[in-house]
Amino acid sequence: MDLPTAFTKNLTGAAMVPKCLSDEGVRYVFGYPGGAVLPIYDELEKQDRVNHILVRHEQAAVHAADAYARSTQKVGVALVTSGPGVTNAITGIATAFMDSVPMVIITGQVPTHAIGQDAFQEVDTVGITRPCVKHNFLVKNVDDISITIRKAFHIASTGRPGPVVVDIPKDITTEKGKYFYPKSVSIRSYDTDPHVDIKEDSLEKIISLLETAKRPMIYTGGGVIFSEAHEELKSLVRCLGYPCTNTLMGLGGYPGTDPLFLGMLGMHGTYEANMAMQNCDVLFAVGARFDDRVIGNPKNFESDDRKIIHVDIDPSSISKRVKVDFPVVGDVRYILGKMNEKLKSKGSISRNKAALTEWWKQINQWRSKNCLSYDRDSKVIKPQMVVEKLYQLTADQDEVYVTSDVGQHQMWAAQFYKFDKPRRWINSGGLGTMGVGLPYALGVQLAHPDATVLCVTGEASIQMCIQELSTAKQYGLPVKIINLNNRYMGMVRQWQEFFHGNRYASSYMEALPDFVKLTESYGHIGMKIENPSDIEGALKEALAMKDDLVFMDFITDQTENVYPMVPGGKGLSEMILV
Amino acid sequence: MMKEEEPRHVISLILENESGALSRVAGLFSARGYNIESLTVAPTNDATVSRMTIVTSGSEEVVTQITKQLNKLVDVITLANLTAGSHVERELLLIKLTGSQSEKNTAKELAENYGGRLLDSSNDTYIIELTGTVSELDEFMSHLNSSVVLEVVRTGASGVGKGSEVLSY
Ligand SMILES: Cc1cc2nc3c(=O)[nH]c(=O)nc-3n(C[C@H](O)[C@H](O)[C@H](O)COP(=O)(O)OP(=O)(O)OC[C@H]3O[C@@H](n4cnc5c(N)ncnc54)[C@H](O)[C@@H]3O)c2cc1C
Ligand SMILES: Cc1ncc(C[n+]2csc(CCOP(=O)(O)OP(=O)(O)O)c2C)c(N)n1
Ligand SMILES: [Mg+2]
Repeated sequence: MDLPTAFTKNLTGAAMVPKCLSDEGVRYVFGYPGGAVLPIYDELEKQDRVNHILVRHEQAAVHAADAYARSTQKVGVALVTSGPGVTNAITGIATAFMDSVPMVIITGQVPTHAIGQDAFQEVDTVGITRPCVKHNFLVKNVDDISITIRKAFHIASTGRPGPVVVDIPKDITTEKGKYFYPKSVSIRSYDTDPHVDIKEDSLEKIISLLETAKRPMIYTGGGVIFSEAHEELKSLVRCLGYPCTNTLMGLGGYPGTDPLFLGMLGMHGTYEANMAMQNCDVLFAVGARFDDRVIGNPKNFESDDRKIIHVDIDPSSISKRVKVDFPVVGDVRYILGKMNEKLKSKGSISRNKAALTEWWKQINQWRSKNCLSYDRDSKVIKPQMVVEKLYQLTADQDEVYVTSDVGQHQMWAAQFYKFDKPRRWINSGGLGTMGVGLPYALGVQLAHPDATVLCVTGEASIQMCIQELSTAKQYGLPVKIINLNNRYMGMVRQWQEFFHGNRYASSYMEALPDFVKLTESYGHIGMKIENPSDIEGALKEALAMKDDLVFMDFITDQTENVYPMVPGGKGLSEMILV
Repeated sequence: MMKEEEPRHVISLILENESGALSRVAGLFSARGYNIESLTVAPTNDATVSRMTIVTSGSEEVVTQITKQLNKLVDVITLANLTAGSHVERELLLIKLTGSQSEKNTAKELAENYGGRLLDSSNDTYIIELTGTVSELDEFMSHLNSSVVLEVVRTGASGVGKGSEVLSY
């Protein structure tokens, strides 16, 4: 820790908060005011280095800050009041936690003397958030505010990232105290974690295992995105010439248009990616956590013999669901860099050429199944076609971000939009939180004002945070909403069709609003598209409206399903195909 | 409750002596469905830390996950699975009994055989103090007639590794 050279004395706790944020380099804080944070709001208003973005629901504040973090490399910041402000924020916090997103959430608390008295708008914030944060703090002394916030940013952004809550009682924000914002902090119980560097002989072993593989597969996830390891990954994969797949969270970690890319794997992954995953003899897993949506039933997955190398920064991700033969604890970018160096220094790499030719032949056979095909001559709009056209129309743009909600539309966006760059695909994978799409788009647009920001959503999901159309108006955020309106909770309906005897219990969306009028009432532009032949024209028109939020309500086929599908509890090769 | 088949593990932790630290550890066990047989915790000669002993059970894989997950908690400074090496474990038992004078004498004698002692004697009740391994205490209790037992207070095991190996931070 830097030695305190000079303390700034006589700052109120409230004044310290924006000062900490600005010293941390934070540009935006997403929030919603209330009694316990009024002193902080007062101070936010008095300065102009940190901009406050007023949302319409605390859940959206956390989601927007979360997307801000996902689409940049920075820590997202949210500010909410005590009690209901905190409980509203929980969904957002849990969403960020499940996807390892670095965030700091500052929460107001009732005054210290009132804690535990069932005071007005009191909840045990530290208790209620504990299971869904990387760490949390209750600040008890005004002199601790700055150091605690510094620690929160440190914890949120290092190691496996995650959200950190800082709970500040109101009385502390009105007291005066010492301000000191150190450049760095050390936390003995955190930093002393054994950083396992890769040993020379492990490096050699891994490389030789990869070199001698007959049916290799490279499977990468969110860790590649977080560690900014896409360039290192690209070099390695291309140098080896091996097939690569990404998880839902890892899309964009490897170029989606590259011939070595087999598409996403998992429950709604491609046939070729899942078959290659199941049948490989050497699996190189990089910053991915063998989620149940990815490998299906672990017993089934383990029934085929293969050697697994797993690089992850979190030791608890390794051998959690699937036993790994060569664990490597460390930062993906660092480890891949070392591997590339090693390969380079060797001059030539040996490979099992004959076996690889066979393997690629097999993979291309799987590919030829064309598992993502759909009826292109349909008289009703096929949701896949909307995403496909959307991709074609935006593929040549440099800065395009796609956010999504949760459901079939999310899977179609993941399958049909090709991400060549990291941090361009922003969605909720781990918690699968409906409602994230619009606030995610707003957070991304603020972070990238000149970018095209597309939100691919469904009529059920969008209604979970629809109030944020108002936030978009206030800050002039021209996101494009692509609503794949199938008048069903399509993902639920699909499961009911497959596994519940076609009984569509409560999955039909009755009494839908007129989305065009709804959007217009918020001061935006609405469009309704009902014919397949209008898709392209409408998209072009909307994309041309650079300064406006456009809500495009695509009336799509009600009964379309997402294929392939690995039913829950089944093995990867037991896919239901179209 | 411990399942018979699953091996028992004694995990020793040093954690920050912070108000929330204990609930983070306890919450981890309940949230992830890990077994917990006992948990003891108190500050050490260094007032900034607490030393905790957790007795748990589970397969090798589960216990490995438990230690990894515990290590991930920001308040945990260091930990060791004592069962992996040689170590000593002791638990304290305070037991309040009642019964006739002769029953009392028998119990007192039994306790002394186990290295315990009579700690207090009131009119018709008396308290025995005994430390030992968990199984010694179980064995001692099994000799007592349950009709004389009024209250049983056990601390759960505390443990420390033997030899030059020290859980330092
Ligand atoms: C409706 C729905 C359907 C879904 N279907 C699928 C599907 O078909 N396929 C699919 O893949 N997913 C699917 N998911 C998502 C799924 O639930 C998981 O969220 C996702 O698979 C996890 O991705 P990941 O393994 O990349 O892990 P992440 O959650 O992204 O975790 C990242 C991993 O990388 C590690 N890490 C982080 N930083 C670093 C670093 N610097 N260095 C090294 N390691 C690091 C972390 O410790 C962690 O283990 C679906 C979700 C929903 C809601
Ligand atoms: C907050 C929340 N509640 C419930 C669910 C369960 N769920 C998953 S997908 C889905 C339906 C989504 O419907 P829609 O947004 O219309 O998307 P579609 O599947 O039709 O494309 C539901 C209810 C969820 N993921 N999140
Ligand atoms: Mg729908």
